[in-house]
Amino acid sequence: MAYTEKARELFQKDIQTIKDKGIYKEKRFICSPQDAEIEVEYPEGAAREKVLNFCANNYLGLSSHPAVIQAAHDGLDQRGYGMSSVRFICGTQDIHRELQDRVSDFLGMEDTLLFPSCMDANSGVFESIMEQEDVIIADRLIHASLVDGIRLCSAQYDTFKHMDMKHLKKKLELHQDKRHVLVVTDGVFSMDGDLAPLDEMCALCDQYGAMILVDDSHASGFIGKTGRGTHEHFNVIDKVDLITTTFGKGLGGASGGCVSGRKELVELCRQKARPYLFSNSMAPPIVNASIKVIDLVTSSTELRDKLEWNAAYFRKGIEAAGLAVRPGNTPIVPVMLYNAKLANDMSRDMYAEGIYVIGFFFPVVPAGAARIRVQLSAAHTKEHIDKAVAAFRKIGEKYGILGLDKKGIIEKYGM
Amino acid sequence: MAEEMKDMILEYVVDEYVDEDDDLDVTFNTPLISSGIVDSFSMVSLKVFLEKKFKISLPDSEATPEAFDTVDRICTLVRKHQG
Repeated sequence: MAYTEKARELFQKDIQTIKDKGIYKEKRFICSPQDAEIEVEYPEGAAREKVLNFCANNYLGLSSHPAVIQAAHDGLDQRGYGMSSVRFICGTQDIHRELQDRVSDFLGMEDTLLFPSCMDANSGVFESIMEQEDVIIADRLIHASLVDGIRLCSAQYDTFKHMDMKHLKKKLELHQDKRHVLVVTDGVFSMDGDLAPLDEMCALCDQYGAMILVDDSHASGFIGKTGRGTHEHFNVIDKVDLITTTFGKGLGGASGGCVSGRKELVELCRQKARPYLFSNSMAPPIVNASIKVIDLVTSSTELRDKLEWNAAYFRKGIEAAGLAVRPGNTPIVPVMLYNAKLANDMSRDMYAEGIYVIGFFFPVVPAGAARIRVQLSAAHTKEHIDKAVAAFRKIGEKYGILGLDKKGIIEKYGM
Repeated sequence: MAEEMKDMILEYVVDEYVDEDDDLDVTFNTPLISSGIVDSFSMVSLKVFLEKKFKISLPDSEATPEAFDTVDRICTLVRKHQG
């Protein structure tokens, strides 16, 4: 047997190191459909608790929407369970083509290519279009999947300070000698909930002849007046060259992702992206359900409007309660605690109050920037939000942080 | 010469990685990577700067988070490659 006792001990030591650092991820089991109200087994083996979910990416509340579930059933009945193939061999059905066309129309892009996930889309897009003589200039807080994709390709890369346009301009000047320059950003940054200033970024890209890629996973379906995304919000739909996004968040919540954009760039992904070439197609029930999601978000803005109202209502309540939140106007509301242990302790106490939220700390967020990230959903009712705000007020009071700003919290608990 | 190099690198690190409202006092011995001031992804900007400024080529195997963790260590690495 190759898995020796020595190997086992070393791996066990690795796991213990993770635990010692306080970054071990506990198992949590959801014993109900994903929704605003869920049933959770946590810790493992504990009795199930009914709690309100404020940490899902279920922005539009479509994870368990009856019309989406029905569409998934129809997809299963009409096109089967799986494709048993990658896309380019025998894994592309008419509904894959239909979803791609619908997404192109929805996002205002020339062409779209589906991937098994947005993680895969981000892993494959850079290697498909960028070579050694090119450079990628990325915001420092982009999602980990973009970081991995950039590292996997042969192009040079550089970074600029988070949303700092002066710094981006400096980097664009520095890299004028490169063949292609591609600026990369999240549309909405998942940890802070802030919006990349795409109007300014696109203007700079125009000035320096650079392309721009936006990962709009935390925006597609609800940011912008009709939910097209961050590029709609900043009125630069025709200026963005590539969008990567997911069907695993606002757009349904199951899985799957895509690259959408200039047709030549998408075509190169179709020819060269390894996660597209070597991984199975999106399953037919999910494809069919995703088409239904696009139907829902194009036929009415009711869900994104409700989400917008919910986010504003929560933000107002939490600020009035005296908690420190990062300013913003998205459904991601970080309650800033700065200290990792405080974030952990408070999230555990919030769970006891029936509110399911998670503390985030270094290395997921920068050191000294620990927080509880709250995510609103269109599925939340006003009563759900009132309950969450009341719980934050109670727990905030317990820890004596109500009314304290960053300096006050750090003085009390350290960083 | 060595002091000049250290000052130059420190100035770049502060300008490139520290925000005005960060309230951080970065010195030659301040841990950069292990403290989270510079993350492993954005470390590449520092590498690009060092290679251009000092006309050297740093192999990836040597441009490690450990070697880049303080300005002092970065200077040691640069001097080694200057020959």
